[in-house]
Amino acid sequence: MKETSFFRLQHRYAPYLFVSPFLFLFSVFGVYPIFKSLQLSLYITNGPRDHVFVGLGNFQFLLRDPDFHTAVWNTIVFALCSVFLQLPLSLGLAILLSQKWLKGRAFFRLAFFCPQLVGQAFVAVLFGVLFVPKFGLINQTLFSVFGIPDDTKWLQNPSLVMPALVLTSLWMYVGFNMIYFLAALQGVDLELYEAAKVDGANSRQQFFAVTLPGIRPVAVFVLVTATIGSFQLFELPYILLNNSAGPNKSGLTLVMYLFQTGFVTGDLGYASAVGWTLAIGVLVISLIQMRITGAWKGENA
Amino acid sequence: MSKSPWARLGRGISYFVLLFGAILTLVPLVWLVASTTKSKDDLFHYTFFAPHFTLENYTSLFAKMPFLNYLMNRGKKAIVVIMLSTMLIPGQVLMAPLYELINLLGMMDSWRGIIVPGAVSVFGIFLFRQSILQLPNELMHAGRIDGCTEFRLYWDIVMPVSRPMIGAFCLISFMGAWNSFLWPQIILHNRSLYTLPIALNQLRDLYNNQYGTLMAGTLLSILPVVILFLVLQKEFVAGLTAGAVKG
Repeated sequence: MKETSFFRLQHRYAPYLFVSPFLFLFSVFGVYPIFKSLQLSLYITNGPRDHVFVGLGNFQFLLRDPDFHTAVWNTIVFALCSVFLQLPLSLGLAILLSQKWLKGRAFFRLAFFCPQLVGQAFVAVLFGVLFVPKFGLINQTLFSVFGIPDDTKWLQNPSLVMPALVLTSLWMYVGFNMIYFLAALQGVDLELYEAAKVDGANSRQQFFAVTLPGIRPVAVFVLVTATIGSFQLFELPYILLNNSAGPNKSGLTLVMYLFQTGFVTGDLGYASAVGWTLAIGVLVISLIQMRITGAWKGENA
Repeated sequence: MSKSPWARLGRGISYFVLLFGAILTLVPLVWLVASTTKSKDDLFHYTFFAPHFTLENYTSLFAKMPFLNYLMNRGKKAIVVIMLSTMLIPGQVLMAPLYELINLLGMMDSWRGIIVPGAVSVFGIFLFRQSILQLPNELMHAGRIDGCTEFRLYWDIVMPVSRPMIGAFCLISFMGAWNSFLWPQIILHNRSLYTLPIALNQLRDLYNNQYGTLMAGTLLSILPVVILFLVLQKEFVAGLTAGAVKG
């Protein structure tokens, strides 16, 4: 009798016991900071005890700060370049790799994926050397293949910083997103292609009528996560540009702006306001993307 | 029909594009490996490997910096993070209040300050929930009828069945912790606590123009992840795509 009541008790309460460690940590380090940062964003702070209430003053200041404008502009340019260059390349490679006649698929997949194993900080250190004027591999290659003068100062010339960042991020992420597209392409029903062929569809029509709808859920996922990822850009420019925002702040991103105001200047309140602006901006963009791509049209993703 | 000259041409172009892309992707890594075996004078003199092979970059790396120490720091942290079944990304919104909280809890400038907040992983919960939801309920039911407690169901049925997902998640968290830069940069000030990405970033100033040594440090920093990945490749890709395909 005692044992059966123990059995019933543990059956009822075990789930709560199982989730309690996570819930505890999550409320302390996940939920509490969210509310705390909402509150903090209404204060100017300087050190742990010096808090001055300013209401929405942080947000008003932020909207007028030219550095914030620079950061928003750079981040948006980077995100647009990333999405419109990276994803078509990833999808193209994935389609080539999923051809039935292809030999050496495993090699190509590994080759394209391996930059992902190198953390962003390490990539930045490596490419910092590859971009060195005169002697760096990139300038050397451009010189010997295209005859472009080898003194291109990628990281010192404000108008070349963004191309350098985009180039590096292409190297890092094209293969990574390709993996998602490959997995999605494998899930497309082959009979649909046969049916399309019977209906006389050429390969371009097949792509738009069968492939794209078939991979849509994954494509939306990749689009949204790639956009969110590029809005969080920090380490790559920060390290590549010698722990700075680069010449004329040409490499200043939103997260770098947050880092500098919050943890270099020391105003955690202002940093919270920047963080919330970033979070809301990213959320709105994600929602728009999902709306446009029809992610909610009753799809069983 | 499929072997028409046009189809052949298409295949040829496809192979060319793939090979070209693969070379572009691999060249920086090959250069990285080569650069660590060249002397300072040879580094930019030879594009890749030089006729004179040297390990001086590695000796000077270990001579001037407690590099092994940094390697150890990473490993320890990663293991603890895995034990707590965790992942990263508290999101930039949370950084300021977390900083205050860490300060309040006296965890500033210590590994606890990076490990404990990192123990919260909504992504991990999501990942495991997806895989556990696929277990048939009858399995649990049969166990209960046989008198298994909930803990035994967890330990003897759910855990073994979830092993591939656990492997994938461990690898993903390990890589996240190994490569994370921003939060450790904010929390750690004492040099002896530095993790690899931060140490390497500092190394750049120290070794101003000794690129070979810097590259040796970079290569050693990424090697453990590469090895782990090669061992657990299948699990990793499975875990990565589980979120997207089933999401």
